[in-house]
Amino acid sequence: MRRSWFGIFFLAASLQAAAAEPLTSAREFLPAELKVLQADDGANPGMLWVERGQKLWSTPDGAQSKSCLECHGEAAASMRGVAARYPAIDAASGRPMNLELRINNCRTANMAATPLKYETDDLLALTAFIANQSRGMPVAVRIDGPAAAHLEAGKTFYFERQGQLNLSCSQCHDDNVGRRLRGDRISSGLPTAYPAYRLDWQKMGSLHRRLRACSLGVRAEQFDFGSQQYLDLELYLAARAAGAEIETPGVRK
Amino acid sequence: MRTARIVMPKTAKKGEIIEIKTLVTHPMETGYRRDDMGKAIPRDIITLLTVQYAGEEVFRMDMFPGVAANPFAAFTTIATETGELVFTWTDEKGEAHVEKATLTVT
Repeated sequence: MRRSWFGIFFLAASLQAAAAEPLTSAREFLPAELKVLQADDGANPGMLWVERGQKLWSTPDGAQSKSCLECHGEAAASMRGVAARYPAIDAASGRPMNLELRINNCRTANMAATPLKYETDDLLALTAFIANQSRGMPVAVRIDGPAAAHLEAGKTFYFERQGQLNLSCSQCHDDNVGRRLRGDRISSGLPTAYPAYRLDWQKMGSLHRRLRACSLGVRAEQFDFGSQQYLDLELYLAARAAGAEIETPGVRK
Repeated sequence: MRTARIVMPKTAKKGEIIEIKTLVTHPMETGYRRDDMGKAIPRDIITLLTVQYAGEEVFRMDMFPGVAANPFAAFTTIATETGELVFTWTDEKGEAHVEKATLTVT
């Protein structure tokens, strides 16, 4: 009896510790000069996309010639904290929606504008601009209600071995965090810096582009940008990153 | 659409040394790469950045294919008078992107 109480005490203590201490951001594994580059808004190349997004925010578009600004007002107030809540379940479709899809949803439904193609500079710029408004805020996505099933699907994906290398996400991003993988260090796989500027890409890229790179790395099937698989995974990654700060625009190798 | 970013103080005391940081979007294609079909991708780089401060050139930088995409340049200058700084990036086709910022000297 005493033993089991002891066990419960320890279990509770370790759960609490897990809740209090968010996973380490990949920023901590970067070389010092890249950390400095990310922290300096004058040098961080990702800020170019944030700036472009700021211009797009107030640029009218679509059949009704409306801009984001007309409905949402100043982004600094209205968009603060939004990125920390995404991906979120869309009430109409009941499916998870990330920032990119939400922007396009808003464009088609409220602006009568054409949706922006995934991975175009305009969509990356708007996403980065909106996510940048939440910089420094802890990630807190909803995982109850309709999100639970998608979270479970994302979790399954995360722990499932896949590809010719037969590796799961977890085998690198849980079991080997901080160890070397070729010229890089393996991170905890937090999605908090995205859209991020990767030196490898020489430009800004979305989280789904990063996920596609991971899929390719283990010789597994690369899913489409905005695919259900990646959306579920994005939701799980965000839930896993609970408490970690939004860093957009991050700088990565 | 090219985006440029200038980060510098808005105001400075006369004689003060100020730091100016610039960024501009550009692919800086080296001309050494080939596409999936093996065809050479033509070179496309910015070759020159000049900065005029109150009508006088205070900074000039030649760029070469070794410079990474979205080139960053930082330099210092002495705040002498209130005036406009004109940043001009010229690519090798002669196309120029101009950005302006005002410095108030007290």
